[in-house]
Amino acid sequence: MAQCVAAGEKPEFLFWVGCAGSFDDRAKKITKAFVKILNKAGVSFAVLGAEESCTGDPAKRAGNEFLFQMQAMTNIEVMNAYEITKVVTTCPHCFNTLKNEYPELGGNYDVIHHTQLLKQLLEDQKITVEGGTFQGKRITYHDPCYLGRANQIYEAPREIIQKLDAELVEMKSCKSRGLCCGAGGAQMFKEAEKGDKEINIERTEQALETTPDYVAAACPFCNTMMSDGVKNKEMEGKIPVLDIAELIATAEDL
Amino acid sequence: MTYLPNIIFTLMFALGVGIFTRNILKIRSNILLGKDVDRSDQAGRRWGQMIRVALGQSKMVVRPVAGIMHIIVYVGFILINIELLEIVIDGILGTHRIFAPYLGSFYDVVIGTFEILAALVLLAVVVFWIRRNVIRLQRFIKPEMEGWPKKDADLILYFEVVLMFLFLSMNATDALLQQANYPHYAQAGFFPVSSYLMPLYNGFSLDTIVLLERSFWWLHIAGILVFLNYLYFSKHLHILLAFPNTYYANLNPAGQFRNNAAVSKEVQLMMDPDADPYAADTEETAEPDSFGASDVTDLSWVQLLNAYTCTECGRCTSECPANQTGKKLSPRKIMMDTRDRVEEVGKQISAKGDNFESDGKKLLDDYISREELWACTSCNACVQACPIGIDPLSIIMDMRQYLVMEQSAAPTELNNMMSNIENNGAPWPFNNQDRLLWANEA
Repeated sequence: MAQCVAAGEKPEFLFWVGCAGSFDDRAKKITKAFVKILNKAGVSFAVLGAEESCTGDPAKRAGNEFLFQMQAMTNIEVMNAYEITKVVTTCPHCFNTLKNEYPELGGNYDVIHHTQLLKQLLEDQKITVEGGTFQGKRITYHDPCYLGRANQIYEAPREIIQKLDAELVEMKSCKSRGLCCGAGGAQMFKEAEKGDKEINIERTEQALETTPDYVAAACPFCNTMMSDGVKNKEMEGKIPVLDIAELIATAEDL
Repeated sequence: MTYLPNIIFTLMFALGVGIFTRNILKIRSNILLGKDVDRSDQAGRRWGQMIRVALGQSKMVVRPVAGIMHIIVYVGFILINIELLEIVIDGILGTHRIFAPYLGSFYDVVIGTFEILAALVLLAVVVFWIRRNVIRLQRFIKPEMEGWPKKDADLILYFEVVLMFLFLSMNATDALLQQANYPHYAQAGFFPVSSYLMPLYNGFSLDTIVLLERSFWWLHIAGILVFLNYLYFSKHLHILLAFPNTYYANLNPAGQFRNNAAVSKEVQLMMDPDADPYAADTEETAEPDSFGASDVTDLSWVQLLNAYTCTECGRCTSECPANQTGKKLSPRKIMMDTRDRVEEVGKQISAKGDNFESDGKKLLDDYISREELWACTSCNACVQACPIGIDPLSIIMDMRQYLVMEQSAAPTELNNMMSNIENNGAPWPFNNQDRLLWANEA
């Protein structure tokens, strides 16, 4: 972003990469796939790089409102300084926080999730995916809580899967009744409380019941949880867990 | 002497309604122990939500069997209560079926409809009882349902059976007297269901049938008044509170958690390079509120209204990922505990006056354990599942806020996560300067 400003450019989107997308090896692949698509489609965007910092979502859900607001206000100061108007992110947690919780603290942006942008790019025929690798394959889609129930985005990712000419198969709990992967509310960063099962195993079992060729996710944390679940069921390598962006990038052979 | 029944009726009715009103006022003052939160905005959307969700039962039918059965009982309850209006007027004036002459043949339609509804309600209630006691659906036998909650649920079903039986028997004996052209029992009404009960009472003398008819009539109305006052002690308050509860429910996206404005002030002060750290102290003489919630008085009145509205149906708990995988957390229990606690606090306030001093107990630890609070994934499944707009998640989050901001009592791993955010701007211990490394790996 700093380079763009120095060069006098004003990119259309700020791509908010998020901590997982920046540091987590699995999530970095999602970041790269999404960037390849953006480049292919000729979308003008920039990232904050080292000027980006955690949105504060896990701190807020863990109960640390102070740390959350510190993070939020710092980020807002940076984004407002760059006069950011549109933000796109691959992480539903960042998406939800930026979109819903930043306005009250002075950060007003038009925030969209990458599945929404990808759907738009497909509709505008900036990218095409028909008849690719996934033709006729069974894909089941796991709804991230912070995209679905929290923000009512159920259809954009599903429409993309259908555009891949793949067969979308639904799990027994999906959309507004979708089962959490187990990572939300800062659970990603701690061991689960005592119980008789891990949540991601329960969800993976629901996914495997649909006998899919692929499990699709739209959140880096869900991706980790589902990948771990698939590994636990010794299906690793047989049933890949892929982000919606990765599905498109693979179909387009990027 | 002839006016004695009228007087007794009027007194009984006034007493029933009077005690009920007193209890409602008690509930109101308990709810108002909660902190203020402004829900006076967007009246149009709020009315719409109330009409759709409470009046229209839109979220009940997500589970079709329970949903449709519930709609039958609900419609039956509301419509049969129109009959109540006639009963009350008859009782006060000493008349019998006062609406009949005015409505003509339409009266037959009305009474006939009520009878069919009464039969359907009986059927639904039997199905409900079987679901709870024979099939024993998971969500009805969770640990928090042991004892009174289970008894309460069954009692309500028995109540409804008795009330419907009295209503139909009242009509059956009435119809017999009408057939016999007994004085005071004018020809009125159509009895498609109670006509099957008539053989039950046919063998008695006319005088006995009059006595039976009067007994059923009195027991029916007395039963309704008792039921009205039972509400206060029961989970059944939802028949009234579902309406305000859906009206005042959150309209923001479910993912938008409450912004703590008190914190904003401090953060702004901290980030403002011109702020004078000593200036602030002199202005603030009052002790600042604590962050988050450890007891019911730290919650908002909407959250307390939620607690009184809960019908303990357990849809929240059965959708909860933590509960499904055997963790201790049950969103329903969060609501039940909140109600139990606010009742307890309310009782102590009315005993000791306004200067309520804590009894040493709190909602946190004495009712809701930390283990429950930390098991939540904040996935909003409970909020989505509630058919009447209750939000257990907001209570969990407020209590976590108290644990972290007042007691620094987060699980160790979360403390590590938070210090990582504080130090490197990410929940993991990576150097913030490395945020762009992915770009070079492509």
